[in-house]
Amino acid sequence: MALPQAKQDATEARIAALSLPEGGWAEPARREALARLRAMGLPNARDEYWKFTRPDTLVSAEAPAARVLETDETPLFDSRDRLKLVFVDGVFSAEESDDPSLEGVTIDRLAEAKDIHWAKDLYGVLEARGQDPVARPLAALNTAFATDGLLIHVTGKPSKPISLIYRHVSDTSDAILHHVIKVDAGAEATILENGPAAARFNKCMEVDLAEGGRLHHIRAQGRDHERRAATHVFARLEKESVFKSFTLSVNGAMTRNEVVVEFTGDDAVAHVAGACMGDGDFHHDDTVFVTHDAVNCESRQVFKKVLRNGATGVFQGKILVKPDAQKTDGYQISQSLLLDEDSQFLAKPELEIYADDVACSHGSTSGAIDEDGLFYLRARGVPRGTAEDLLTIAFIAEAVQEVEDESLQEDLVERVAGWLARRRG
Amino acid sequence: MLEIKNLHVKLEEEDKQILKGVDLTVEAGKVHAIMGPNGSGKSTLSYVLSGRDGYEVTDGSATLLGEDLLDMEVEERAAAGLFLAFQYPVEIPGVGNMTFLRTAVNAQRKARGQEEMSSAEFLKVIRARAKDLKIDAEMLKRPVNVGFSGGEKKRNEILQMAMLEPKMCILDETDSGLDVDAMKLVADGVNALRDEGRGFLVITHYQRLLDHIKPDVVHIMANGRIIKTGGPELALEVEQNGYADILEEVA
Repeated sequence: MALPQAKQDATEARIAALSLPEGGWAEPARREALARLRAMGLPNARDEYWKFTRPDTLVSAEAPAARVLETDETPLFDSRDRLKLVFVDGVFSAEESDDPSLEGVTIDRLAEAKDIHWAKDLYGVLEARGQDPVARPLAALNTAFATDGLLIHVTGKPSKPISLIYRHVSDTSDAILHHVIKVDAGAEATILENGPAAARFNKCMEVDLAEGGRLHHIRAQGRDHERRAATHVFARLEKESVFKSFTLSVNGAMTRNEVVVEFTGDDAVAHVAGACMGDGDFHHDDTVFVTHDAVNCESRQVFKKVLRNGATGVFQGKILVKPDAQKTDGYQISQSLLLDEDSQFLAKPELEIYADDVACSHGSTSGAIDEDGLFYLRARGVPRGTAEDLLTIAFIAEAVQEVEDESLQEDLVERVAGWLARRRG
Repeated sequence: MLEIKNLHVKLEEEDKQILKGVDLTVEAGKVHAIMGPNGSGKSTLSYVLSGRDGYEVTDGSATLLGEDLLDMEVEERAAAGLFLAFQYPVEIPGVGNMTFLRTAVNAQRKARGQEEMSSAEFLKVIRARAKDLKIDAEMLKRPVNVGFSGGEKKRNEILQMAMLEPKMCILDETDSGLDVDAMKLVADGVNALRDEGRGFLVITHYQRLLDHIKPDVVHIMANGRIIKTGGPELALEVEQNGYADILEEVA
């Protein structure tokens, strides 16, 4: 079916502003992705999947400017022993990065793609699988036009986390990054991501987990107020593999985080969680799609949002259980804490189940600070502001607890406490 | 210590008068008990004194050590030395009991211009107090009151009282939901805190708690007023004859 003219024009205008990197093993995949993108067209306000989030600023030919936040806050994960890999406005900086050689993992740059590479079998492949049954045009755009990114092959158990740091320097940067992560059978790694990245950031991460492979993914999206981001994670899980992803988003004018999980092997586990804090001009959308196509897999979605001063939070989460995915254990919860009456939370939880022997549940709530709890704390002498912060942190902590590593949990909670403290002056 | 004069209170949301002129003075070192039938205004009195929303004071006053309680924020009343042991302690998921107590103790100290308690000192004190109340380390780590049994919640209230060392303690039906052993434990906790400098106001339906926490003065409250005041024997009278006789006698 032909696209409506307006959509086609908008898509072509965006494409015209980009150039498809030529040469190397990735080019055929990029061209296929471009064809996918042209067939789907970029999203607009009429698309059902974008009902709660206006895509305009994410798809426009030119990125809206975003000022770089000046802060003396120590960057997250700074004191941690980790392999640092730094991007500045979406360009890998070898100078600021550590030597990427680390036992148990090999890391290459997408931008240096030669004729042959293991990533050829994955690049754009998981993204393409994730286009059905719901189109994700910004991910196809990413595959076609990504200018940089890392190809991370986890072959063993690296001794420290691989830490991707996204620095935002220019007010007008418009970055497109694409990472591919392949975790071999029995291998295990932790990927950290933090920083605002660019004025506008389109990022795609494809994760392929072989039998028994484990990947822990913890990211913090950087608190530049005007930044915009559209991100996708596509994860495919083979037998007995484990994927745990947690995202903390503090500020940002516009964020759309899509996570697409597909179980292709039995007895695998995927947990996707997120916490966000928004104040004022803030729109945050978590869109998750989990497909169970194997037996006895466990999926869990836990999302918490704290909103104030007119901030908007969106959650669209789906669990699809295919006919043969018996013994599926699916869980989904999305909750918002509205700190005033100007903020809003929009949720669309969905279950679609074709197998008969499954346990799936979902819930969504939205409310103010618990008055009884507040009174109880104050009656013990805790000042109102401190009591509200304690209750807010407690609310967020339930999502942060999805992160396995307790020291990382502490780092993340500290960020939340910092955000709250800044608002108390 | 606590001085309540001609206190009139109505519900904020509706035109319903709950307290209709309560006069009560609790002296330092004394235990006063308030008994009364359901709906007499006992719990309202405790809420109004501690500063809960939803009530409007239409007349009268309440002072703690000469300071106007009704003019203070909830947390200021606590820092001034007022403590309410809740009839229904609130569950606070996500906030550890220990964190909660340390925040409370140090907030009160700060409000009073005292130095904050160090972690080590706090730990030492809380361990000792918790042991007396048979509260184990696990309960201290768990979120405030979450998954606690009725008895555990009430013991936790008394632990908070012991840690905060208030000047004036109000116990709102602390005996509700307790079996005999739990009541004994709670009463022992309260008795250990009895002190010349501390006043107690024990609100209860039944005389049995007063077997364990022996009051100096007993008040009978009905229809928003204190209608009779006497010694411990008044509680026994209620136990034997119910409230009907007293209500009739006063009417």
